[in-house]
Amino acid sequence: MSSFNRRAFLASAAGAGMLPFLRVLPATAQTGDTLVTVFGQTINSLDLHRSGTNRASYQVAINCYDRLVGFGAKQLPSGEMSYDYDVIVPELAESWTISDDGLTITFKLKPNATFWDGSKVTAEDVKWSFDRAVSAGGFPTVQMRAGGFSRPDQFEAVDAETFVVKLDYPSKLSLPDLAVPVPFIINSAVAKANATEDDPWAMEYLHTTPAGSGAFKVMRWDQGQQLVYERNDAWVGGDLPAFQRVIVREVPSAATRRALVERGDVQVSFDIPDRDASELADKLTVHSTPIENCIHALCLNTKFAPFTDPDVRKAVAYATPYDAIFESAAYGRGAKLWGGDTEITDTAWPRPFPYTTDLDMARAHMAKSGYPDGFDVTLSISLDLVSWMEPAALLIQEAMAEIGINVTVDRIPGANWRTVALVDKSLDMLLENFGGWLNTPDYYFFWAYQEGRLFNASNYSHPMVEELTDQTLHMPMDHPDYAGLIKQMFEIVIEDLPRIPLYQPALNVAMNGADGYEFWFHRQLDARPLTGAGA
Amino acid sequence: MTDITPTQSGNGLLAHLGHVMRENPVTALSFGLFAFFVLQAFFGHLLVPYDPLATNSVRALEAPSGDHWFGTDQLGRDVFSRVIVATRLDLTISVLAVAISFVIGSVLGALAGYWGGWLDSVLNRILDTIMAFPLFVLAMGIVAALGNTVENIIYATAIINIPFYARVVRAEVNIRREAGFALAARLSGNGHMRTLAFHIFPNALPPMMVQVSLNMGWAILNAAGLSFVGLGVRPPTPEWGIMVAEGADYIISGHWWVALFPGLWLMLAVFTFNLMGDGLRDLVDPRRRT
Amino acid sequence: MATRWLPILWRLVQTIPVVIGVVIISFVLTRALPGDPAVQFAGQMATPESIEQTRVALGLDKSLPQQFLIYCKALLQGDLGRSVATGRPVLTDLSTRLPASLELTLTALVLSCLIAIPLGVLAAVRQGSWVDHLCRVLVTAGVSLPTFFTGILLIYVFYYLLGWAPSPLGRLDFVYFDPPRVTGFFLIDSVLDGDLRTFAGAAKQLALPAITLALFTLAPIARMTRAAMLTALSSDYIRTARAAGLTPRKVLFGYAFRNALLPVVTTLGMVFSFVLGANVLVEKVFAWPGIGSYAVEALVQSDYAAVQGFVLAMALLFVLINLVIDLSYTLIDPRIGFSSK
Repeated sequence: MSSFNRRAFLASAAGAGMLPFLRVLPATAQTGDTLVTVFGQTINSLDLHRSGTNRASYQVAINCYDRLVGFGAKQLPSGEMSYDYDVIVPELAESWTISDDGLTITFKLKPNATFWDGSKVTAEDVKWSFDRAVSAGGFPTVQMRAGGFSRPDQFEAVDAETFVVKLDYPSKLSLPDLAVPVPFIINSAVAKANATEDDPWAMEYLHTTPAGSGAFKVMRWDQGQQLVYERNDAWVGGDLPAFQRVIVREVPSAATRRALVERGDVQVSFDIPDRDASELADKLTVHSTPIENCIHALCLNTKFAPFTDPDVRKAVAYATPYDAIFESAAYGRGAKLWGGDTEITDTAWPRPFPYTTDLDMARAHMAKSGYPDGFDVTLSISLDLVSWMEPAALLIQEAMAEIGINVTVDRIPGANWRTVALVDKSLDMLLENFGGWLNTPDYYFFWAYQEGRLFNASNYSHPMVEELTDQTLHMPMDHPDYAGLIKQMFEIVIEDLPRIPLYQPALNVAMNGADGYEFWFHRQLDARPLTGAGA
Repeated sequence: MTDITPTQSGNGLLAHLGHVMRENPVTALSFGLFAFFVLQAFFGHLLVPYDPLATNSVRALEAPSGDHWFGTDQLGRDVFSRVIVATRLDLTISVLAVAISFVIGSVLGALAGYWGGWLDSVLNRILDTIMAFPLFVLAMGIVAALGNTVENIIYATAIINIPFYARVVRAEVNIRREAGFALAARLSGNGHMRTLAFHIFPNALPPMMVQVSLNMGWAILNAAGLSFVGLGVRPPTPEWGIMVAEGADYIISGHWWVALFPGLWLMLAVFTFNLMGDGLRDLVDPRRRT
Repeated sequence: MATRWLPILWRLVQTIPVVIGVVIISFVLTRALPGDPAVQFAGQMATPESIEQTRVALGLDKSLPQQFLIYCKALLQGDLGRSVATGRPVLTDLSTRLPASLELTLTALVLSCLIAIPLGVLAAVRQGSWVDHLCRVLVTAGVSLPTFFTGILLIYVFYYLLGWAPSPLGRLDFVYFDPPRVTGFFLIDSVLDGDLRTFAGAAKQLALPAITLALFTLAPIARMTRAAMLTALSSDYIRTARAAGLTPRKVLFGYAFRNALLPVVTTLGMVFSFVLGANVLVEKVFAWPGIGSYAVEALVQSDYAAVQGFVLAMALLFVLINLVIDLSYTLIDPRIGFSSK
């Protein structure tokens, strides 16, 4: 690897007095202060703001950078640990105040916060980083906008330790949106020193060389192979991580990953398939947490006949073999989203829809529809997600034949999937897995049910849903009208069925010799709270 | 070099087949296995105990038993039925892919070898270009670009094999175009095409037969490799390659039968094709027929 | 001496149309791939504007001929472009990954030759005997399994069940550091560094994937050795040598084997380039950071520059290998000069 040659690394390690001048790590290091984790994806950049950075790379923003604030932790009813959407905790900010009109948020930075190079974290750094996030374009800019941040002039560094955000409208999403991975704080002096005229945001430099204040530094990055984190002992963002060093290995083959964690050669296998999770649960510690605000759904394109016919959509919902899909595609991991009460008494989301597998009902709806004799349709699935989509699609295919719908399953390569499924929205029938980072029903509706939104693959459009979503999106959840409006939205989409929820998926993590795992909405491994087994 | 004509009685061919098989036990074995696969391809779907597409999530991933000889897969489908039914598709893929490359390669190679000149040079450069591609990646690219259907898998496999045939035929035709028997055929009133097709070309058959048998095996392996990277046939169609590729993930978890049995059939089929090479060559070699 | 180099030059000139053909086909092929790279790389929650921005940034808003001209111009300056997925120049990506693939392929070939050539010679000497048939059946069995399947089976048996092999985690276990880069081959670099523990570590990691590939290459090499040996053994000069009373050993290895080497070397070249392209699958199973896995990833993501760069690199390598083989002919058999071609 060009930027991390061994000698330079050894020199720095020896200088820090952490590692003896050895060619091989001492054997004890494997269990003592080093944690080895594997996952199946590949980290393609160390800078989340760069265009082209993939989802797996977000973990660098989480582990190596700090935000102003973070989310707290809570124990779920299942006993699993999870982040807590309702509790915002300080990270680089020591405290913050929100003006009475909700339009100004003033942050006080921790006075002792320093970047890895020892320089102080100032409000200027925060401003530069936020300016970068709203100007970079692409995903970071879109995510910033969700919280109401869209222009650099909204950010002001009042003095070295005071940072002010001005909002155009008050929103319940603003503060949580500052705790997602995107608004991370960069050492602006280092970045500016490496910026060029063509590249004012130092995308080129930060792509391979992070410059932050976070809990871990990147010790080495062998692209396509591994990333090695090393603890930053001067971190002030939270409790110091237990591990000195965390190695993240990329292993594409799921079978290999399973063998590694089962044999104990790695301590954490992150994001394992549901099947492995259910089979390994007896032997190892397996954490399966239903992913918040995420639904695996069967989408029916409401712009394409015969799915324009509401009876056809209902027939499909009654014919779908939910139990078999939950067993064969999810191996019972996650949460069921069918057979719920018809009466809506709460604003929980994802929620079970009041449909069950009932072929008589399905046939009755088909008979009532404009297509009593059935029809041919293509059910599209993404090649990147075959592990759950393929069994689900095959079971749906078989079940639909019962009510005269002749389904052909088509697998679409990952590169083409986003184009046809989400951008062109040209698929008649597809499986989809959208999950919202910000855990409110209105946020899910904003992305998946409002007309023209990226994840509205069903081309759904309903004037009331449009209006209700706009109304509730920024409304505080304890507002007296909130629950009533949300219930109305639920009723409409449960009746209209552009998306038929199959189940709420789980994020599975197998651990063999490590502990302290916390689930996060961003579905990346937060290495900071991890500890050795039994610690 | 003898001049051979295509006229031969069916009886003579059978007798020759018997002779070739007696001479080499391995060849006999391979021909026997081939017959086994051909029978499966024609009658397999009539014999299997279950519908190869029928799922049964209650009995998913069951080990081999009296009910399910080869066990069941992740959706509770009967592995035995799927393996047997897949034979037809796999044989189709390999035979068609080889037939296409054989025909195109032969025509191109024969024309280039017979007339030479600029035609030969151009063809050679084109073949060099195809050969210079990493072949599996070229097949992947073609299937990815055209879409992963059975036809496109066949085309992709055929395209990457054309150079091998064209090369062999070109070389064989080139050294024989001025040979005595070829000139004699011309003098006795045969046209260029006729001479080329019936007098010169058959001499290229023996070395091509080895290539044919190897390529039939490769075609199946190629389809399996494409399945492994997700570019195989569409589900739920049973095909050995995709069954092995999908089943490979179940080996570590102890569900060995999901991948092992399709793997065994695939291996046996490729094995059969590869071993048949020498037998086929002996069968069509004019020098061995006396 | 000058006349000796002329044919080599001529051969090099002949490769130019091939390279041009590869450049054109790889360009057309990548553009024919389904999927819109702008959508792919605009990120998670792309809006139409951000997709358009990405398209302009990637230069994909221009017409195809324009794109091709830009690509060619960059190529002439030795610039293979930049991979969008890795964010690095394709040349850098390839040069870090190519040695990994080459090391694996060459090790596998050496291993394969060590087994296949003696087998082939044995089969030829004992033609028609059970030894011959057994050789044929064994090597054919090796080539009859998909490599990814063999790989997973080997991992299952030797790593998971027996625990003999190290964890299949790429080129080096995480307790080792990469040896200082000289050739990029870990086996060679660690020896140059005088670091035998790293050498042993690298060799252990290499064992299973190399065996997987070697099994796959036994058949062509063994079969070609056998065929070439049979041809050589039935030729006139062998008869003469035997008649002259030379020992069977001398006849076999001094004359027959030497002459049989020619076609074997040709086959080796073919097998080498074939395997280098085909070890895509093995690299995936063993998490081997080679160019094969890079190419698959790039192809799946419609990462144009990366696919084109990979194909071009492989084509150049292929041309080079063939040149080396042609040159090695003259070493093995001095009668063959380039002039005879």
